[in-house]
Amino acid sequence: MFQSLSTRLQETMRKLRGKGRLSESDVDQALREIRLALLEADVNYKVVRDFIAGVKERAVGHEVLSSLTPGQQVIRIVNEQLTELMGGSQAKLTLASKPPSVIMVVGLQGSGKTTTTAKLARMLKGKGHRPLLVAADVYRPAAITQLQVLGEQIEVPVFSLGEEDPVVIAKAAVEHGESYNHDVVLIDTAGRLHIDEELMTELVRIEGAVNPSEILLVVDAMTGQDAVNVAENFNKQLPIGGVVLTKLDGDARGGAALSVRAVTGKPIKFVGVSEKMDGLEPFHPDRMASRILGMGDVLTLIEKAVATVDQEKAEKMAAKLMEAEFTLEDFQEQLHQMKDMGPIDQLVGMLPGMGKQLQGMGIDDSHLVKIEAIINSMTPEERRRPEIIRSSRRKRIAMGSGTRVQDVNRLLKQFNQTKQLFKQFSAPSKGRRRRGLFSLFQ
Amino acid sequence: MWKRLFSKKTNEEPAPQEKEAGFFGKLVAGLEKTKQGFVGKVEQVLSGRQVDEELFEELEEILIQADCGVSTSLYLVDQLRERAKEERITEGDRLREVLKEEILQLLQKDASPLKTPEEKPYVIMMVGVNGSGKTTTIGKLAHRFRQEKANVLLGAGDTFRAGAIDQLEIWAERTGSEFISHQAGSDPAAVAYDAISAAKARNSDVVILDTAGRLQTNVNLMAELGKVHRVVQRELGRDLDEVLLVVDATTGQNALSQAKRFQEAVPLTGLVLTKLDGTAKGGIILALANELNLAVKLVGVGEQYEDLQDFDAEAFVEALFGEGN
Ligand SMILES: Nc1nc2c(ncn2[C@@H]2O[C@H](COP(=O)(O)OP(=O)(O)OP(=O)(O)O)[C@@H](O)[C@H]2O)c(=O)[nH]1
Ligand SMILES: [Mg+2]
Repeated sequence: MFQSLSTRLQETMRKLRGKGRLSESDVDQALREIRLALLEADVNYKVVRDFIAGVKERAVGHEVLSSLTPGQQVIRIVNEQLTELMGGSQAKLTLASKPPSVIMVVGLQGSGKTTTTAKLARMLKGKGHRPLLVAADVYRPAAITQLQVLGEQIEVPVFSLGEEDPVVIAKAAVEHGESYNHDVVLIDTAGRLHIDEELMTELVRIEGAVNPSEILLVVDAMTGQDAVNVAENFNKQLPIGGVVLTKLDGDARGGAALSVRAVTGKPIKFVGVSEKMDGLEPFHPDRMASRILGMGDVLTLIEKAVATVDQEKAEKMAAKLMEAEFTLEDFQEQLHQMKDMGPIDQLVGMLPGMGKQLQGMGIDDSHLVKIEAIINSMTPEERRRPEIIRSSRRKRIAMGSGTRVQDVNRLLKQFNQTKQLFKQFSAPSKGRRRRGLFSLFQ
Repeated sequence: MWKRLFSKKTNEEPAPQEKEAGFFGKLVAGLEKTKQGFVGKVEQVLSGRQVDEELFEELEEILIQADCGVSTSLYLVDQLRERAKEERITEGDRLREVLKEEILQLLQKDASPLKTPEEKPYVIMMVGVNGSGKTTTIGKLAHRFRQEKANVLLGAGDTFRAGAIDQLEIWAERTGSEFISHQAGSDPAAVAYDAISAAKARNSDVVILDTAGRLQTNVNLMAELGKVHRVVQRELGRDLDEVLLVVDATTGQNALSQAKRFQEAVPLTGLVLTKLDGTAKGGIILALANELNLAVKLVGVGEQYEDLQDFDAEAFVEALFGEGN
């Protein structure tokens, strides 16, 4: 619906190319676009204001790397600042020194508490814990059944006293956990509005009764500007320890992540990425930053590949991409896998800054066929060390692949440029920038 | 006799007092916080001020904070700018009426109540992302139809989420509706088919079909939804009466993507905006009206079965601006 931020910034910044230093008005111009992007991503208005002020301070007068456009430079600073603001990746639950540890899961109606609670139990069980699930949502019809069904699926016992007072349930559950040797007790509470005094008091009473080591606030990634009110209110009344951001498998940009982090200062510990029980992952601030900014993300592409390809290969590939150790051999491998992943134009759309350039360029599967043929005609040694491919080798490769020497030249040149790009991006911030793999196709 | 329910809603203008009690009562209560937030700020910004660029920017800020979205907020403020110029408005206070008019115009552009039933069974299908409030809204609607003495049949089309079938069954019991379900994990299209044929056989007045919550980006699940819809259409031999997208009022700009993608999968006839009893402003419905021409038909203002209101743009804006109460 909206033009991607990268595309817009590229337009804004085209005029500035070649400048050695960013002036205040250059930065202002770029920041206007970034402000819009953040607002469109549902980052709270006030959070955006503060954030932009912070970035401006850092960006004015900043040296522009000669090969980068100022626009990219600003994005880079913004991305770093965003990542920093969202904190390091801290997927650690706070457990009590003396078991059982009690974990309380709280949030608005429909945010995903029950599913998240069960996913957590499954994750803990996988790490050798003996979790107990507690059904303390006595209000929503069949909420208890829902947890019981999930408990059965993941083979974790569920404690329930029917529609008793949730405070009584929680207390009894912890006692039950103690006597049956459960070292973690996870309480699924009913969804409630943060302004519902009666129900908020109930949470405070549960907290007082069972003294949890961790209280997780579950926030839907699709939440809009109201995320700050919700988080602020929950945090004011309960000692929230961390946040779980759910439904990130959709296309929500997830600005709520930044808002919630900004108002509570509490880390986002996990993200929910599917309805299935294994769909809970540690939070990656860097990925979230590019997502909020609406920059396509090679990682998403790689994640998509994981569904088709095996995990280990994909992870290796990601690491290589970021360390700029990517070889033509890897690329060949990727081409094979990509064929199973769907039409090329869709994949390309996921890449940063590629939208506009690639539109109307007629990138299609026939380009892939050509590229693949060229790479297939190389020797393994040539694929690993493309620098050895001199003119006689080029001729041979062209002959072998039924292409022209120019095609081979172009492929090699673009491959090098892409590698360079990765290098620049990854050098200062430990490889957290990805872009333009598909410039190979131009 | 159940037709009265609909004809009353569509043909008769409700007497002002009735309106006050019906739509107004709960909604005003539900919107009280919204009002304080939104109107409070609008008042603050406008009262005693001269109309200038700064003022417009502040209004834009307020609209964005209400989740109206960047483009729609810009659009509204541009309208204001233009009208201020044309009508030579220089006092901030007068802009308030203009803003209200503009919002109202947006909301009324494509507004229509629930369709008047023509043929039995009257079929409604509820769709939306996970946790938006589909099942609860079905319970509330079933209650409303039962109040009008209609025979209602609920179809448990969410065969995926744990406990979803039981949840709807409880609503069926509470409201005295009939209930058609298959086992968990079974084909939702088969449930839908059975619900429609059972309704025909039993001469039911209303069928409401639940569907599993799904993210609009999940291609397979969206295709599944399309299939369920087609099966119902075929078994019915005509279009469904209503296909309602349920949107949580706390949703931000993603609601646009939701509406767009669901619209591609099934022909939406309108929206239900739930959870307006919270502090979320629900401004996203302005964006949905502006950008996708989708109008809200029903509003959820609580978790009980009476917490459902017909959407009335005027009342919504009135409540938003704190007039008429
Ligand atoms: N405060 C408030 N809560 C609501 C409203 N409508 C629904 N809810 C609550 O939101 C939660 C989710 O509602 P459901 O009806 O189960 O939502 P759903 O869309 O059917 O969810 P899935 O089937 O899981 O996708 C429940 O706790 C409801 O009680 C409303 O208007 N206001
Ligand atoms: Mg449901």
